[in-house]
Amino acid sequence: MMPPSPLLQVEGLSCIRDDRELFCELAFQLGAGQVLLLEGKNGSGKTSLLRILCGFREPDAGHIRWCGNPISDSQYYADMAYVGHLDGIKKELTVLENLNLALALGQHGQYAIPEALTRVQLAGYQQVLVQALSAGQKRRMSLARLLVTKNRLWILDEPFTSLDKQGIKLTETLMTEHCSRGGLIVLTSHHDLNLTDVDVQRIHLS
Amino acid sequence: MSLTHAFFAILRRDLILAVRRRSEIANPLLFFILVITLFPLGIGARPQLLQAIAPGIIWVSALLAAMLSLDSLFRSDFDDGSLEQILLSPHPVSILILGKIVAHWLVTGLPLLLIAPLLAVFLGMPQPAIGVLLLSLLLGTPVLSLIGAIGVALTVGLRRGGMILSLLVLPLYVPVLIFAGNAVEMASNGLPVTAQINILIAILLLSLVLAPWPTAAALKMSMN
Repeated sequence: MMPPSPLLQVEGLSCIRDDRELFCELAFQLGAGQVLLLEGKNGSGKTSLLRILCGFREPDAGHIRWCGNPISDSQYYADMAYVGHLDGIKKELTVLENLNLALALGQHGQYAIPEALTRVQLAGYQQVLVQALSAGQKRRMSLARLLVTKNRLWILDEPFTSLDKQGIKLTETLMTEHCSRGGLIVLTSHHDLNLTDVDVQRIHLS
Repeated sequence: MSLTHAFFAILRRDLILAVRRRSEIANPLLFFILVITLFPLGIGARPQLLQAIAPGIIWVSALLAAMLSLDSLFRSDFDDGSLEQILLSPHPVSILILGKIVAHWLVTGLPLLLIAPLLAVFLGMPQPAIGVLLLSLLLGTPVLSLIGAIGVALTVGLRRGGMILSLLVLPLYVPVLIFAGNAVEMASNGLPVTAQINILIAILLLSLVLAPWPTAAALKMSMN
């Protein structure tokens, strides 16, 4: 089988933080349906790499290209979605209000809001204020945000934190489905990834 | 979805949030009323003096009330990661941020405008000056929110940015204070104020067009 043509290309990426080199000359390519798992101990630069991929940090050297264009291009932001350490959810708003805002900021995607909430097992929580949800339920809501907006590249920072076994399984199912639709995923995780029939690349940062 | 839809979604969200945490509206307004009511007590029974410095008192209090409210503009969004999601939107960030600034003015600037006539009467300001005071507040307070947003965006990533924020922002507030205070004082003496009002309009239009860009750029820097 021919490897898919790369959509996300990273060349010669370096990151220096507080006079300490986290990584240098990092290069990888990711095509449709592929997953990149970043491994490494705490403080090895996994989150820094994800934040560079999001465009929050400038790399100290190197290029990142999406479909051949630099990531400062607005097309990249229309194609990507990020779930970080912070959920990016307002706790004074209801689940529905939060997801509607996410839709207003992006474009409609695969699922409508009620379907997405059913998928992440939060059906019936539409009118509940987010501050009444548990940490794991907030994580599920972040997953629902990925489902309702249109995106191809998921950037996930420790997506399995505070999820129960069922939630982890659900996340893995959603990730597998995303890849089978030609999506790309870059993630960090301390949890052993259990994806069937998905091409997983691994980078170990040290 | 269109950019206008995103702009109004952000505006609506911030207004709902302000209603659900009411202290955000109440704090600057209470501060404004308190400072102004303390002046007559401190000065004593000298109505002429009070009347003479009334424009200055009201405008300085409005300035400080605006300063006090600035930190709430991006703080909670920065802390819970909503700001990251706004910056990752494919829409132009400066327009989305303008939505937040407009909401901030509606929540913190507009209430000052509504209570100001009462306080002006309280300080013995003559009738024709009150109209000019309202006009100057209407044109001036949005400028305070717009310029303040640049300062907050620069300091939101710092843990203790309060002092730096005032040092950054207060000097930029001075032109508004000078022209607005002068307009109200001239009106109290029955003189024409067209020139000052025109300058305030110019400052408002300029900051409306120019402030969102540096704010968006500064927020991206603060994300680092």
